[in-house]
Amino acid sequence: MAGGGGSIAVVGDELPGWSEIIETLMFRAGYNTNIVIMGTTLLGLAAGVIGVFALLRKRSLMTDALSHATLPGIGLAFLVGGWMGVDGRSLAVLLLGATVTGVIGVVCIQGILRYTRLREDAAIGIVLSVFFGAGVVVLSYIQVNAASGAAGLNKFIYGQTAAMSERDAMLMGAIAVVAVVATVLFLKEFALVCFNESFARVNGWSVSAIDLIMMGLVVAVTVAGLQAVGLILVVAMLIIPAVSARFWSERLWALVVLAGLIGAASGYFGSVVSALMPRKPAGAVIVLTSGVIFAISMVCAPKRGVISAGVRRGMVSLRIAGEHLLEEAYGRGESGGRFALTSREISRAVRIGVWSVVFGPVVRAGLYWRRLARRTRDGIELTEEGVRQGARVRRNHRLWEQYLVSYADIAPSHVDWSVDQVEHVLSDELIRELETQLGARGIVVSDGVGVAR
Amino acid sequence: MELSIGADLFPILAGTLAAVTCGVLGNFLVLRRLSLMGDAISHSVLPGLVIAFIVTSTRDPVAMFIGAAAAGVATVVLVELVKKLGRVEPGAAMGVVFSVLFALGVLLIRQVEHLGQVDLDADCVLHGQLETLVWYGAPDTLSGLLDWGTFGAVPRQVTMLVVVCIAASVFVAVLFKELRIAAFDSELATTQGYHAGVLHYVLMVFVAVATVASFEAVGSIMVIAMLVCPAAAARLMTDRLGVQVWISVLLAIACGVGGYIAASAVPGWFGKDSVNAAGSMALVAGVLLVVVVFASPRHGVVHRWARRRSLARGMAADDLLAALYRRKEVGEASVGVGQVAAMLIGHSFGKALRGAVRGGHVSNDDGWLSLTDTGECAAARVIRRHRLWEDYLVGEAGFAPDHVHDPAEYLEHIPVEPSGGAETDPHGRSIPG
Repeated sequence: MAGGGGSIAVVGDELPGWSEIIETLMFRAGYNTNIVIMGTTLLGLAAGVIGVFALLRKRSLMTDALSHATLPGIGLAFLVGGWMGVDGRSLAVLLLGATVTGVIGVVCIQGILRYTRLREDAAIGIVLSVFFGAGVVVLSYIQVNAASGAAGLNKFIYGQTAAMSERDAMLMGAIAVVAVVATVLFLKEFALVCFNESFARVNGWSVSAIDLIMMGLVVAVTVAGLQAVGLILVVAMLIIPAVSARFWSERLWALVVLAGLIGAASGYFGSVVSALMPRKPAGAVIVLTSGVIFAISMVCAPKRGVISAGVRRGMVSLRIAGEHLLEEAYGRGESGGRFALTSREISRAVRIGVWSVVFGPVVRAGLYWRRLARRTRDGIELTEEGVRQGARVRRNHRLWEQYLVSYADIAPSHVDWSVDQVEHVLSDELIRELETQLGARGIVVSDGVGVAR
Repeated sequence: MELSIGADLFPILAGTLAAVTCGVLGNFLVLRRLSLMGDAISHSVLPGLVIAFIVTSTRDPVAMFIGAAAAGVATVVLVELVKKLGRVEPGAAMGVVFSVLFALGVLLIRQVEHLGQVDLDADCVLHGQLETLVWYGAPDTLSGLLDWGTFGAVPRQVTMLVVVCIAASVFVAVLFKELRIAAFDSELATTQGYHAGVLHYVLMVFVAVATVASFEAVGSIMVIAMLVCPAAAARLMTDRLGVQVWISVLLAIACGVGGYIAASAVPGWFGKDSVNAAGSMALVAGVLLVVVVFASPRHGVVHRWARRRSLARGMAADDLLAALYRRKEVGEASVGVGQVAAMLIGHSFGKALRGAVRGGHVSNDDGWLSLTDTGECAAARVIRRHRLWEDYLVGEAGFAPDHVHDPAEYLEHIPVEPSGGAETDPHGRSIPG
């Protein structure tokens, strides 16, 4: 892409000047642009908020089927509107048609799940593709047979924010406001149904009614989003903000607020970019913006992010490797030698693939730092505290072996390999109990106190 | 409607080949609950195609293939990453990945369009360009096809589809056993020495390649329809995977040919011009699926409804006879219709009564019902099963005597007697022999 990328930028797009950028950002770029930006931002907000519940109800991809299933409705509404003398192109009529077939699509999914043995993935795929195929058929029928042509209907597939009129944007904004207000009103009920459906039912809530409200809001937002981002990408507006917000918080209200903000930011940014630059379809930019936010969230979020999880896992491996070294060195001492390891023995004990080159020194540094070992000419030697710790680890190891043999029915010849991973998680109570058992077998494990003398 | 070789041969061929390729592969997607992976891949090969196009500046099929296959694999890998590292629910992970990639494709395609190379077009990606596969100077008769010139005239899309279709069929035929194990029990497959993970990726690459080969001709939406619908329909018709694959192939051919013909024939009846053939193929797939859902021999809605209905009727008849028998035991040889109806709430009593009278089990004497001799025999069998089950539940299953009537009400309708030949039930009533 590198070579081609350059040529794109060259042919591309004269970047607008700073003043123009700032004016657009500050809603000073002219009435129509402002309306569009407002509309998309509100829509992003609503989609983000509603998307949280779609995600929690595990309906992410059902909304995809829903949005694809709106296409035949748009075409049919155009045709029926034409026959009945209504203006087939009025957005309200088209969106009504979209709602009808979208809902039929969702009902079909439920029907397939209820009456056949097909799974949800197949049901969604069937409805999505068949309804969309039907939509393509209807649109192509209009294209070749209707006097006025189908111009304008295609915009619902990929979205065409620029084609949005003031009234369209108002309609979208209104739907968005309704969705947000409903969410605020029903937050408790939604949470109940999302997290503990049977509890809600037992407490006398009508789960199906609450579910219906949630689904209705999803339908409303989907239909409202058709013109902005198009029916293929509207699913992204619903789920990406919610999934991204999930990385940052575990509290529902925070999730809702965050997802709303992420959605609004994406909608705002996407429509601003597409207003400023040619050939930047708003839908795609909106989705890519939220995609970037998602990637950042996934990598950087404090608790569930990849980095912090990686760091946590690394710390655990470091600790475990350190304890291996302690135990190994303690073993040397116990069998009469010094409480020490040579460098070669260390690298054999801390073998973690190619990483051991980096990992070994880090583990050793950790031991020095915790004053459990000191550097010698050709390796390490345990300090008094290190010996005590080594004894503790060795003891836990033995206790685990005993535990696995007596409780988990693992053959004595198989235990050693499993204890290596688990000796670091033992509780004190268990230790005492196992000690008694070991004692009964005549094995005494030292806790290391006094050994180093 | 008349088909002409020049206008219709290659579109039908292309549609059918694409349908068969996707249909065969779809079997394993549907079984592994990965139908939506096909959906995701067919959306996200778009950026792969565009990037390959940008890099090579041609529509060289090899470059397109590599780009699409790479995008397909990238999709699978990314979905796995988001699922595992981000601990995101699988559906949402798929949705995030494919929608972002698709958006990237849409954005890139708009830049490419601007370069004046308009032959990559976003709409065609969705519903293909079957109409463009016209064969100018085609022979008028079928015998004219038996000529070397024919091969020269075959358009690139069709050649590509032939190759991919053969490759996919060979893949499924050769690795059928492995694919089957992996589909039903991937852990078993791994312990048997087939690397289920590798197989999974190979399958996904095939899906990506099939998608891109079908793209130009039929578009992505028909690819999704063909990946899911024929396999899903076949799955409802049989329990054997081998049979399922063959049925899905037949259904795919039906979709390809039928969809194309319907696209021009059906509007033709109303004097209108033909509609988009790829969309029509997806629609035909949906219609076929609906037919199968209702009419399939064992799993069909109609068959299951009929079975349930006949079961319900049999149970209503049994209950009617048993009710009369119990009354007779306490000395009431005939009972008023109203009373019996009150005892059998929840059944379609009228039908059961008419059936029993017609079958000679019950005589209706002006609103007073009594068992005939044959009716008494049949009723005794039901009562016997009921009481034997009560005895069994108390004696063997540890039920309290006052809790066994309701389960026995269900069990009495199964024509099997429990073991143990007690003389009386737990309530002291005699068990008829």
